[in-house]
Amino acid sequence: MSGLEQWNWYLDGWIIVAGILCAISSALLGNFLVLRKMSMLGDAITHAILPGLAAAFMISDSRSSLPMFLGAVIAGILTALFTEWIRGFGKVDEGAAMGVVFTSLFALGLVMIVQAADHVDLDPGCVLYGAIELTPLDTILIAGWEIPRVVVVLSIVLLINLSFVIFFLKELKLSSFDPALATTTGFNATIIHYALMTLVAITAVASFETVGNILVVAMFIVPPAAAYMLTDRLGTMIVISAILGTVAAVTGHISAITIPHWFGYGSTSTAGMMAVAAGLLFLVAALFAPRHGIVVVFIRRLILTWKILAEDIIALMYRIEERNPQLKPDATYLREILFSHSVPTSLTLRYLTKHGQLSDANGNYELTETGRDHARQLVRSHRLWEHYLVEHAGMSAENIHKQAEKLEHFTDRQLREKLNEDTLATDQDPHGRPIPPEEKTN
Amino acid sequence: MNTKENPTSSQQIELSPEETPVSVYDLTVAYHRKPVIWDVSFEIPPGKLVGIVGPNGAGKSTLIKAIMGLIPKASGRVQIFGKPYQKNRHRVGYVPQRESVDWDFPVDALDVVTMGLYKEIGWCLPVRKKHRARAMEALERVGIADYAHRQISQLSGGQQQRTFLARALVQNADLYLMDEPFAAVDAATEKAIVQILQEMKQAGKTALVIHHDLQTVPEYFDYVILLNMRVIDHGLTEDVFTPENLQKTYGGRLTLLEEATETMRRREQSL
Repeated sequence: MSGLEQWNWYLDGWIIVAGILCAISSALLGNFLVLRKMSMLGDAITHAILPGLAAAFMISDSRSSLPMFLGAVIAGILTALFTEWIRGFGKVDEGAAMGVVFTSLFALGLVMIVQAADHVDLDPGCVLYGAIELTPLDTILIAGWEIPRVVVVLSIVLLINLSFVIFFLKELKLSSFDPALATTTGFNATIIHYALMTLVAITAVASFETVGNILVVAMFIVPPAAAYMLTDRLGTMIVISAILGTVAAVTGHISAITIPHWFGYGSTSTAGMMAVAAGLLFLVAALFAPRHGIVVVFIRRLILTWKILAEDIIALMYRIEERNPQLKPDATYLREILFSHSVPTSLTLRYLTKHGQLSDANGNYELTETGRDHARQLVRSHRLWEHYLVEHAGMSAENIHKQAEKLEHFTDRQLREKLNEDTLATDQDPHGRPIPPEEKTN
Repeated sequence: MNTKENPTSSQQIELSPEETPVSVYDLTVAYHRKPVIWDVSFEIPPGKLVGIVGPNGAGKSTLIKAIMGLIPKASGRVQIFGKPYQKNRHRVGYVPQRESVDWDFPVDALDVVTMGLYKEIGWCLPVRKKHRARAMEALERVGIADYAHRQISQLSGGQQQRTFLARALVQNADLYLMDEPFAAVDAATEKAIVQILQEMKQAGKTALVIHHDLQTVPEYFDYVILLNMRVIDHGLTEDVFTPENLQKTYGGRLTLLEEATETMRRREQSL
């Protein structure tokens, strides 16, 4: 049972199209919510449109779309306004202000709906999950084509959001990055803020009845947050967020109709699965992002640890050679001095042998010419640093070894030359050992 | 010191308002009814490098923000070249305090400098090649053209400060307001900034610079405003940067004025 045998290009196709339109419209604006550190405001506005819908219904006494739409958008904008006011007057941070506003408004909305329950068919389930599965059923005729109403509405929203981001990219960038400069150079940051909030409200309302609260909130924040980790260019971030939203919409719907079948259940909520898919994409981004990804950072740290161990080994070999040229140490001997574990040590020794820095004669190691060159530079860095630390940082000779031990791994030739200029007077480190030359001398 | 009675009488040479880069009259700014700067008045002659000096919490950043209209004034008046800020803001360049910048924002150094040209480009129009070329020139001028495409958190403290200086430069303003450009920079950057300030001065521009290092004040600035909630004194560095004035500015933080404010605030809270 895969669930895919019930695939219907007409039905499933339109559902996916609606999902993609909603995902991209939301993600486009979401980038700026994330960058302005007001991700919660997307959440708040999406929830707070509920009383707007209810109030519009009560006032106009009809379920026609326009008053409902206007009511919801106004409620959304009011959320942004109230949040600003409460933050200003109440001396609380933005998160707390939003929390106060949107929970109150959402609760008010619920109360109003229950009050009007006899004639409204807005039920909480629909609010949360929407009814994306019903998308293909409600169509309108455009130029001879039967197109789902939702798809038409979301296409218009996407077009508006896309033009907004394209035409005002400069202004959005400036007012998000530096509202002070924006305002003082005549791009009123407040106006741009409320324009953005209005579009957030419109997008939320338009997506609301199809995909529900959860997906809108997820699509506002999750794809941009993931994209933020994957790049450090704004344009790229916007494009990636749109792609991630699309991927989440497609995989979300396919998973919704397939995965439950593997376990013998019927299809689950498409909107819910789209949000889950977005969450998974975020997780992947968090793990594997090129600069800050958890896995990448872990691997980088591992490589560094091994590099340092390798350098410690050859520097130690150099020092052993210095004192007793006859001694050809084995792995255990080295390990006891370095306090290192056996597996990494033997792996590192094998690596060094393979890369021609050490030669291995039945478990007894010796530096090769290349290895000795490298080791001499490390020992030189170490002893130059020791000298520097005593002379210029005023440290006593007993405490400098550890510091120098760390610094030697991050010292290149240029830095060594600078250090050398400071220690011209001597060729000995504070412990009385010679500072080896940069180049080999015969 | 007689500026409080008569704001203009301390000026040796009378300047027409259009020639005066900044004039501030009886400016008071308050946060939650607690005054941060009180009754501040001064005028700045053109073509001077002006240091604003005072202890922490003296209201230095507040003064700059109030001049730019970023925070509301409780009372008073600010004029830029004889007109309200809004009318002459195209003549003002601004370097923000480094703490106020979101360094993780996905922009590179060149992007940041280009922002200084947005006003000139205008609403909705895209950034063009010639704008990027000009931004690049400014980066060259501050000596970090090689780092133009680094994301701003990948720059050193000095390079970050130079980036924002370059942004102020492309604005091609007549008056520059800088909030601690010398904070957390290396010696080379400090020298570079001083060099650029000197070039600005030679080009007849005025810079208002918040500065913390008292040692370098006489070397860098030819005009000083000593600020501690109110203006302790202002004028040519050699006239006003005296031990007595510094004592007044930095010593005895709890001035009578502050004491009164504190009492007022406490009484209000207990109501």
